[in-house]
Amino acid sequence: MNAPAQKPDPSRTSHYVNDALYRALIENFSDWQDDARAVTDLAVRDEFRRLLEREARLLDQLRYDDWLAMYTPECVYWVPSTPQAGDPRREISVMFDDRRRLEDRIYRMRTGFAWSQAPASRTVRLITNVEAFATARDDTRMLRSNFLVSEFWGDETRVLTGWAGHRVTRDGAGWKIEAKQVNLIDCDQSIRNPSIIL
Amino acid sequence: MTALEKINAPPTRLGGTALYDWDRLVQEDRAHRLIYTDPAIFEAEMTNIFGGTWTYLAHESEIPNDNDFITRRLGLRPLIVVRDGNGKIRALYNRCTHRGTTLCRWDKGNSKSFQCPYHGWNFLNTGKLRGVPWPDGYAEDMRDPKYNIAQVPRVESYRGFIFATLNMDALPLVEHLGPIAKVIDEWLDRNPGGKVVVCEANRFRYKGNWKLAYDNSCDGYHVAYSHRSLLETENRFAGENAKGMAYYRNSPDTQPMYMRYTGRGNHFKDKRPNLEQRPGGLWALESAHPGMEHYEAEFIRRYGDRAFALLDLAGSEPVNINVFPNFSLLGNHIQVFEPVGVEETNAIWYGTMIVDDGKVPKDAVTDINALRMRTQEGFPNFGEVDDIANFEQIQRGLMALEDEWVYMNRGFGIPDRVKTDADGTITAPATDEAFMREHFKEWKRLMKARPNLAIQREP
Ligand code: FES
Ligand SMILES: [Fe+2]
Repeated sequence: MNAPAQKPDPSRTSHYVNDALYRALIENFSDWQDDARAVTDLAVRDEFRRLLEREARLLDQLRYDDWLAMYTPECVYWVPSTPQAGDPRREISVMFDDRRRLEDRIYRMRTGFAWSQAPASRTVRLITNVEAFATARDDTRMLRSNFLVSEFWGDETRVLTGWAGHRVTRDGAGWKIEAKQVNLIDCDQSIRNPSIIL
Repeated sequence: MTALEKINAPPTRLGGTALYDWDRLVQEDRAHRLIYTDPAIFEAEMTNIFGGTWTYLAHESEIPNDNDFITRRLGLRPLIVVRDGNGKIRALYNRCTHRGTTLCRWDKGNSKSFQCPYHGWNFLNTGKLRGVPWPDGYAEDMRDPKYNIAQVPRVESYRGFIFATLNMDALPLVEHLGPIAKVIDEWLDRNPGGKVVVCEANRFRYKGNWKLAYDNSCDGYHVAYSHRSLLETENRFAGENAKGMAYYRNSPDTQPMYMRYTGRGNHFKDKRPNLEQRPGGLWALESAHPGMEHYEAEFIRRYGDRAFALLDLAGSEPVNINVFPNFSLLGNHIQVFEPVGVEETNAIWYGTMIVDDGKVPKDAVTDINALRMRTQEGFPNFGEVDDIANFEQIQRGLMALEDEWVYMNRGFGIPDRVKTDADGTITAPATDEAFMREHFKEWKRLMKARPNLAIQREP
């Protein structure tokens, strides 16, 4: 038996962001908030709520390595620039990151020369209205949550708010995030210093 | 097409001609803090600059069909930019002629008419008043042209870029652009069919004066420092093959790149001579972007030798082409500066994509654009954020009242550093502030002028 081909390291090269990924992403993030598929088991919902709360806490604490470890190696972080989140192949996003670009984002903030984050913003995230939905795949769920990020920088506190969609996949006893779509309510308007991870 | 009729005399309160001794405020090598902080100067700019000279409004691809519209601003004036039923592009004031409410609250759409949400006056998208509820309540004939929507009298496009001015004496747009038109041509003609289509944007707001962005538009001096986090990040795996704008890091002034001033406040920075002149020369400089290795391998497999010329279409064109006061082409972006207030500005980076012209392989267009979206998101996310942080902090620094001057004297007074050609174009090393000294001469010319401003209405 041949050894399996070495998979390219997504922290170094980006082979997985291809047409199939874009098509799947658009499909996965369309028409998924279906009442008939809502997860009603309180214990399961609580597990997802804890996952989202932990993500929020790690970001507030600038624990980026721990935060990234919550994601699958071939993940997507997507902040659309239109409220209906069009096709990212023909529409600029506020942010559209694969794993390597997420690591770039973190690397940049740690250089000490990222003036928009020097000093780093202090943030507090409120995550509410957590809902989970089943998908066609047994090992995959879609989560919807509302967020409100209070960000203090310079001498003022401002607010970034909207809702997020997480596509999570089973990972041993827990779950990992495959894709996160962050929908700012003012995503198509001018945004003040969008330099934190949402 | 109906001829428009000029109906309005120039506004009575004319800009700021007498506000200040402009020559004292803006000197050859330095500018006074007040030009960035004084609300009266800002107000004067809204007529003398954003009104008195050609201002960029929109790209034709944003209103491709008859009756399409988008809302924009000319200075602070709210506008509806429409392509009417005859295909004519108009810049209508987004203001009801009855009592002044905005007629349209959508960012974009398609409509033959606009009905005022307050008392229901209904206007065609030519600006003509079509009807009012219960007209017999008016003694006057409501067909009087004064009730038609005011519009900007001069709206002209240059190869898809729509500009407008209220100044009846302004040169025709193409003459106003002058030598910079050729640079715009080159920027467009590298794309299939010589065309781009706007596809959403990275949109920023900063608490600072709009000129801080224009002063930065041709600034090669800040790159190595303001963008140090970007340069370090995009070169973290690069080894010997420096990526992005890494060429700024070592003696940028002795490199082939340069800045050139072409008159009327317009200038460009040309970094193209720094590149290897070969297919793929641009692509080779691109830092890491989502999907790049996949698409590169796929293009080589599909198109062989032609792959790199195609990949170059997703690469950022290394120029900054700036048309005073609010327009900049850089990389593949159309960047627009919108004043919001004396200390508040939007900086919008419209993305562009390529179109199928029958010469690029059809299946390549989608993939080039997919890659081109990701390359375009790089700089706004990792570069612009730091610039606008610096703009905001300039605005704050300028609150130090007694320290009055900002300096723009880099390169000033050094013999043979700045070259002026017979046609008046001025060329200097890439980090020189000559561009800023020159655009402030244009700013002063406009602020001193009594522009012949007008609006129009349908007859
Ligand atoms: S304000 Fe528009 S109809 Fe009255
Ligand atoms: Fe910059």
